[in-house]
Amino acid sequence: MSSENLIEINDLNFSYSTRAILKGIHMTMPRGKVISIMGGSGSGKTTLLRLISGEIRPSAGYVKFSGDVVHELSRDKLFKLRRKMGMLFQFGALFTDLSVFDNVAFQMREHTDLPESMIRDLVLMKLDAVGLRGAHHLMPNELSGGMARRVALARSIALDPSLIMYDEPFTGLDPISLSVIGNLIRRLTDTLGMTSIVVTHDVQKSLKIVDYVYFIADGVIAAEGTPKEVMESTAPFVHQFIHGEEDGPVPFHYSGQSYRQDLDLGDTRV
Amino acid sequence: MSKYIVSVIQNIGHRVIESIWRLGVGSRFFLLVLLKSGTSLRRFNLVIRELYFTGVLSLIIIVVSGLFVGMVLGLQGYETLQKYGSESAVGTLVALSLVRELGPVVAALLFASRAGSAITAEIGLMKATEQLAAMGLMAVDPVARVVAPRFWAGVISMPLLAAIFSVMGVLGGYLVTVVFIGVDQGTYWSQMQSAVDFRFDILNGFIKSCFFGVAIAAIAVFEGYDAPPTAEGVSGATTRTVVTSSLAILGLDFILTAFMFRGVS
Ligand SMILES: Nc1ncnc2c1ncn2[C@@H]1O[C@H](COP(=O)(O)OP(=O)(O)O)[C@@H](O)[C@H]1O
Ligand SMILES: [Mg+2]
Repeated sequence: MSSENLIEINDLNFSYSTRAILKGIHMTMPRGKVISIMGGSGSGKTTLLRLISGEIRPSAGYVKFSGDVVHELSRDKLFKLRRKMGMLFQFGALFTDLSVFDNVAFQMREHTDLPESMIRDLVLMKLDAVGLRGAHHLMPNELSGGMARRVALARSIALDPSLIMYDEPFTGLDPISLSVIGNLIRRLTDTLGMTSIVVTHDVQKSLKIVDYVYFIADGVIAAEGTPKEVMESTAPFVHQFIHGEEDGPVPFHYSGQSYRQDLDLGDTRV
Repeated sequence: MSKYIVSVIQNIGHRVIESIWRLGVGSRFFLLVLLKSGTSLRRFNLVIRELYFTGVLSLIIIVVSGLFVGMVLGLQGYETLQKYGSESAVGTLVALSLVRELGPVVAALLFASRAGSAITAEIGLMKATEQLAAMGLMAVDPVARVVAPRFWAGVISMPLLAAIFSVMGVLGGYLVTVVFIGVDQGTYWSQMQSAVDFRFDILNGFIKSCFFGVAIAAIAVFEGYDAPPTAEGVSGATTRTVVTSSLAILGLDFILTAFMFRGVS
């Protein structure tokens, strides 16, 4: 059973000093699927990705990556494991001092002894997969936001990882680039047999390309299901999130003292 | 009033503790960089690449400043020496001032503001744009891959730049005193040759500039790596690099001079 699931997360807890961010998360991520994690800003989505990559340690529970408990690995083993993970940062995080070509070649040069001629072929192949073979000689500051993110995508698949994590890949893109990235995520997952985790706010776009959705709220999984189930869900939280309603289970008002008090109308509590 | 005084004292206390704490963190980081320098030595082309950015791009300012400092030294030295009829010693004056003090110190101050600040800004921006985090997730240690090569490039460029500064200064002095004022050319060079000692003057100046190079490079990479990942954070760190390394250069210069030249003639 665990050979089918690339990632199993069991009762995962995490807090920053005393503030509990995640309080008992359970997830399973089968190989070859695109899984989406949704939730409001600050709900702990990025934190969850950092737990999966072993950057931070859980206070209880565990993340298993193809059978290994991530936080129990030695440093060497963890570094080995990270070669099987790709991560796409929100704004790409391309190395600004390297060209597009060298960015994609970076991991091949650091982690393999491949001859330069083969690296060249591989890099051009990866760039071709994201449609940017012609841009290999450009520097990152010469790219548009959407292009930079596609190069970052090519870079993250450089060593054919078994998992790619996308942290808000759609933020700040125009509708066309957004579609391009969305379709690329789906296509690369299918053709390269990877597993993808997409953290996003963009409900409409992501529901079209993902296989399964988890909603995080208040540190727990508030809802989960296939896109179809989610769309048809009548659970108030999911409904509010999908349809972008202002008020519902997630309150519009940040809790604080009453409006009357703020307006100095005496301290009668409402 | 007494409240005010208390708060001032508290403030000073906080700052002192803060700076000592930072010094500790900085020293630990320095050791970490040294420990992780293996990659830089094995793949020396990483250092060579940074040598271009820190060393070669600082050349212009070093060459021009060296020339002007030498010209001013020649002019001032000649004015004073000629009152005592010893204008033939002007070559000695120019060379000794440059090789012992001005070469290493002024070149280091220029290097700190030209290259040190650039190193801090670059590393800080790489951190702010998550490039360092991305590298860590690619299982590549950013201290070994990004920080150490820049550190070593700084350490290597500094003595070379100081030497170039001194040479340009000597030429500047020659230009003013021999070419413009008309001091005898043979006197200028021969006095200089007999007065400048290789071990005492040139070697000591070289050692000084090595110390300065280590200090500037260590401060620059630490401030960059430690910068808060925001625009203000990076600009603050850049300023701190220039201020801290300038103070470190002057402080170190005093200490080194006391050790090297005490009791010499
Ligand atoms: N390094 C940190 N130290 C303390 N708190 C943090 C840190 N990083 C994030 N947080 C807090 O943890 C919460 C979850 O953050 P994050 O996982 O980045 O949220 P999301 O990605 O869902 O927007 C936020 O409230 C944030 O303020
Ligand atoms: Mg986030």
